[in-house]
Amino acid sequence: MPFDISLLTVEIILAALGLAILVMGLIIPSNTKRGLGPITVIGLIAALASAIATWNVQGSLFEGMFLVDQYATFFKITCLSAAVLVTFGCMKYVDQMKAQGEYYSILVFSVLGMSVMASAGDFITLFIGLELMTIAFIILVALNKRSAKSAEAGIKYVILASISSAALLYGLSLVYGMSGTIMIYDVARMVVGGSVSPLFVFGLVLLVAGLGFKISTVPFHMWSPDVYEGAPTPVTAFLAVGSKAASFAILLRLFMGGFIGVAETWVLLVAILAAMSMVIGNLLAIPQTNIKRMLAYSSIAQAGYILVGLVAATEAGVKGVMFYSFLYVFATMGAFVVVTAVYDKVKSDEIADYAGLAQRAPLLAVVLTISMLSMAGIPPLAGFAGKLYLFKAIIADYFWLALLGLIMSMISVYYYLRVCLVMYRDEPIDNTPIKTSGNVTVVLVVAMIATIILGIYPGPLSEVTNTAASTFFLH
Amino acid sequence: MVEFAMNHTWLVPLLPALSFLIIIFFTRPWPRLSSTVSIAFMLSSFAVATLAAYGVFTDAQFKHEPLVYAIRWFGMEGLNIDVGVLLGPSSAMMIFMVTLVASLIQIYSTGYMKGDPGYSVFFSYLSLFAASMLGLIISSNLLQLFVFWELVGLCSYLLIGFYTHKNSAREAAKKAFITTRIGDFGMLLGMLAIQIIFGTLNLYELGQIMPNFEDYTTAGMMTLIAVLLFIGPIGKSGQFPLHVWLPDAMEGPTPVSALIHAATMVVAGVYLVGRTMFLFVEVESAMYLIAVVGAFTAFFAATIAVTQREIKRILAYSTVSQLGYMMLALGVGSLTASFFHLWTHAFFKALMFLGAGSVLHALHHKADVWDMGGLIKKMPITGWTFVIGGLAIAGIPPFAGFWSKDEILLATFNEGHYLLFTLGAVTAFLTAFYIWRMIFLTFFGEEKPDNHPHESPLSMTIPLIVLAVMATVGGLIGTPMNPHWQEWIFFGESHHIVPNIPIMLVSIALAAAGIGLAYVLYIKDRNKANVKDLAIRFKPVYTLLYNKYYMDEMYLWFNHKVVDGSARMTHLFDIYVVDGIVNGLGAVTKGTGGILRYTQNGKIQSYALVFFLAVLVITILLAFNDTTSMALVLGGVSK
Repeated sequence: MPFDISLLTVEIILAALGLAILVMGLIIPSNTKRGLGPITVIGLIAALASAIATWNVQGSLFEGMFLVDQYATFFKITCLSAAVLVTFGCMKYVDQMKAQGEYYSILVFSVLGMSVMASAGDFITLFIGLELMTIAFIILVALNKRSAKSAEAGIKYVILASISSAALLYGLSLVYGMSGTIMIYDVARMVVGGSVSPLFVFGLVLLVAGLGFKISTVPFHMWSPDVYEGAPTPVTAFLAVGSKAASFAILLRLFMGGFIGVAETWVLLVAILAAMSMVIGNLLAIPQTNIKRMLAYSSIAQAGYILVGLVAATEAGVKGVMFYSFLYVFATMGAFVVVTAVYDKVKSDEIADYAGLAQRAPLLAVVLTISMLSMAGIPPLAGFAGKLYLFKAIIADYFWLALLGLIMSMISVYYYLRVCLVMYRDEPIDNTPIKTSGNVTVVLVVAMIATIILGIYPGPLSEVTNTAASTFFLH
Repeated sequence: MVEFAMNHTWLVPLLPALSFLIIIFFTRPWPRLSSTVSIAFMLSSFAVATLAAYGVFTDAQFKHEPLVYAIRWFGMEGLNIDVGVLLGPSSAMMIFMVTLVASLIQIYSTGYMKGDPGYSVFFSYLSLFAASMLGLIISSNLLQLFVFWELVGLCSYLLIGFYTHKNSAREAAKKAFITTRIGDFGMLLGMLAIQIIFGTLNLYELGQIMPNFEDYTTAGMMTLIAVLLFIGPIGKSGQFPLHVWLPDAMEGPTPVSALIHAATMVVAGVYLVGRTMFLFVEVESAMYLIAVVGAFTAFFAATIAVTQREIKRILAYSTVSQLGYMMLALGVGSLTASFFHLWTHAFFKALMFLGAGSVLHALHHKADVWDMGGLIKKMPITGWTFVIGGLAIAGIPPFAGFWSKDEILLATFNEGHYLLFTLGAVTAFLTAFYIWRMIFLTFFGEEKPDNHPHESPLSMTIPLIVLAVMATVGGLIGTPMNPHWQEWIFFGESHHIVPNIPIMLVSIALAAAGIGLAYVLYIKDRNKANVKDLAIRFKPVYTLLYNKYYMDEMYLWFNHKVVDGSARMTHLFDIYVVDGIVNGLGAVTKGTGGILRYTQNGKIQSYALVFFLAVLVITILLAFNDTTSMALVLGGVSK
């Protein structure tokens, strides 16, 4: 097989971009560093464009260690879209942290990590991608040097992330030991049916734990509220979307690509984890008073919904995960960009301080409302279509889980609407309007329109995810 | 051009929808610009609709096979929903009629709403209303139809309550919304059952499946579906007993009443039943139900209209009554007659509502017909066009209403429903009477000295003239001499009904008698004592009718006594049982939350502990089935 370097276009662009920004951040004078943001956006858009342009390209490098298929490309597009939105929408926040060079270059490296993860065909590539992303996030979480909370979050994240990486690595080594291969799709050929070695099961559990940590599913979710609250808001946003999407890409690739033959050993476990995430995420979101913490618990619940796609262990499930991950980008980015914009003026993330936001900044209030209603799954917004696809995939075999998901979605409406109530009904303490800059407005409008369009007309994205999901099982 | 219009019929609803968006987001501060945009888009929509209709009615292949094209809205295993266009003779006729009437009403509104602070918003709502109705008409799928059906309901709410400063308008808007919602819910249930049993909501496919559906085990289910689906039209088309919202809907500005009563909203129900006729003909009892509800509503509303005093209220009850006719025709299986009446009714009813608006405009919203009189001298155009409308609705040949009403009565008679036929015939007499009572009191007789009427501006009179022309000649396309209508719009096989001269003569005689009685009572012998005593002598009947059979009061009583009463009972249940459970659950949740929060203590040690404990517990649970593996895990790797 000839070595086709063009398969690495997206990764090469990202690596070059990250290095360039790192160098520029060191040599240009600090008063011109504001320009790094737009450069990053342009570079990310270039990477996004090349990912979209190579949509139909299929291939593999390094004897199958690096896979390029529509499934991988789809997750690259998802992560890059999130990166573009978060960079473009939160430039002011980053400028105020005064660490533009570090922030932008490390952000780009984390995207590179996600991109590698999406394409990983074996355990080594997988782990390299994952660590690249995780280490980048550790730095990003702690980047706000003047904030004690940010530092605390960084420490927590570094320790707990290493524990999870250790578990993951241990799991990978056990699976390698039992199957004799590190290639994901070769594992599938080695373990087909029959009795499974207990050590292999132990390996699977460790893998679930390691990746469950990344997607913050219960009971491996403990870190996420603390870290989400303490990290700089743009980082939280990207952590909630990008890190999760890439980890789901890996999780599906491993379990549905590699361990599908022994699905009966892990499906019920994943179903229970999904159920626990939905229940605990939604119930603990109710008493929260800090919007970032509330969104953290909500994102735990969202992880539970997405896991449902893995429980299905079918093409329809893969499609559901992809569809939901993509729409989740816009809903979450919409919400977090609003949080950033409000914080910029109010200097608070308390829900009570959102009183009367509808009068002070109608656009912010509308976008936050639509984003949260989409997360709750209210038609005709995107979240409804996403949940429909996910739950439809399991309704025949796991009726109880689908029913639980619906009940929990109903409960979630309560805490989402509570925020809306504060924004629309309560009188503002301070009446001055909150002005949003042009780029924030653009991001908000894009997120809002995408959420509405994907809900009203899910057909095209559904077709795209269908074809991408079908490439998933081709290897 | 024609080809383009037929293949892009979705432009018909899209254009007014776009003008709604343009007005709301961009041109709202400039009223003149907004109305120009609105009318321009509506007229373009009318042009597309006309071309599409022309294409349909010049190609004989569409008599039996509609033009259907659709795109996939969303799909998954077992549930595929398309959105698309179903263009056949009925929908072609409807889009032509609705765009024409809506355009005229918008032109009229430029005069009627002049100077209103909500001028731009009003036009944006009118556009959205027309767009929703047009979308409903061309829908190829029941779910798609339902979306537009709800949009129609939303628009009616917005427009009926347009004068938000008036309490009565707000109440009327709520009443319309809630009453029609009751119907919508039934309809939604019916649609769900259709999806479950037939696996599709596509109207064309359903039309193919239903006649050949041999599974008799679902016969009871079919009846249920038919009845549930019919509840929607009962609400939307103001049939007894959900008609109560329609007369109150006149709280909106008069052009809105014209739009609701003539072209949009209320005919949606009739149209839906016509569209799903393939379902109803399978269930005989449902057909009979429709016929009875229709005939009763026609008669019932006509009797109320006889005693009403407000000009718009009389017209509103007349709409309820005429919709009853349309339902009656559907119930006896004549889609032809029903849609024919829908078509002619749209023109004469829009004409009369706009005429009434012109009168109110001139008299500064004095609404009681007894306060008017002799207006025809000062307002000749409004007056004479109104007279034409009156002749049309009363059923005097050759005006439009005669042909369609005759078709309905004939169809009822031929199907052997003699009782319903009698009700229909009596209603025809009542209709002629109450409409001409209103016309004589308003436009003829003595002028009242404190009225200073003036003719309305051209923007208002030109639509009246156009509608008057349509109300005159609109029926000529379906006469026994010229049965084009019957050739095109039918269900199943087109059957050309042989004209029945006695029935025709009876209906003319009844109409003439109604007009004559009105003339005697309200013009000729108006000042004679025995005529004046009429209302007093028949006081109980008069009071009953004037108060609309106390339907609103009955609903109120029902609400206060039965609903509130049972609410009080269930309240106790609620406090002790439901609240008990909920509070219990809440306490459990809170308790759990408390415990869980305790674990969320911010300490890394405990987080890591939970992580590893979870791994351990899961491993043990997974290995539990298998003793060897359990031994292996718990006891290390020692065989």
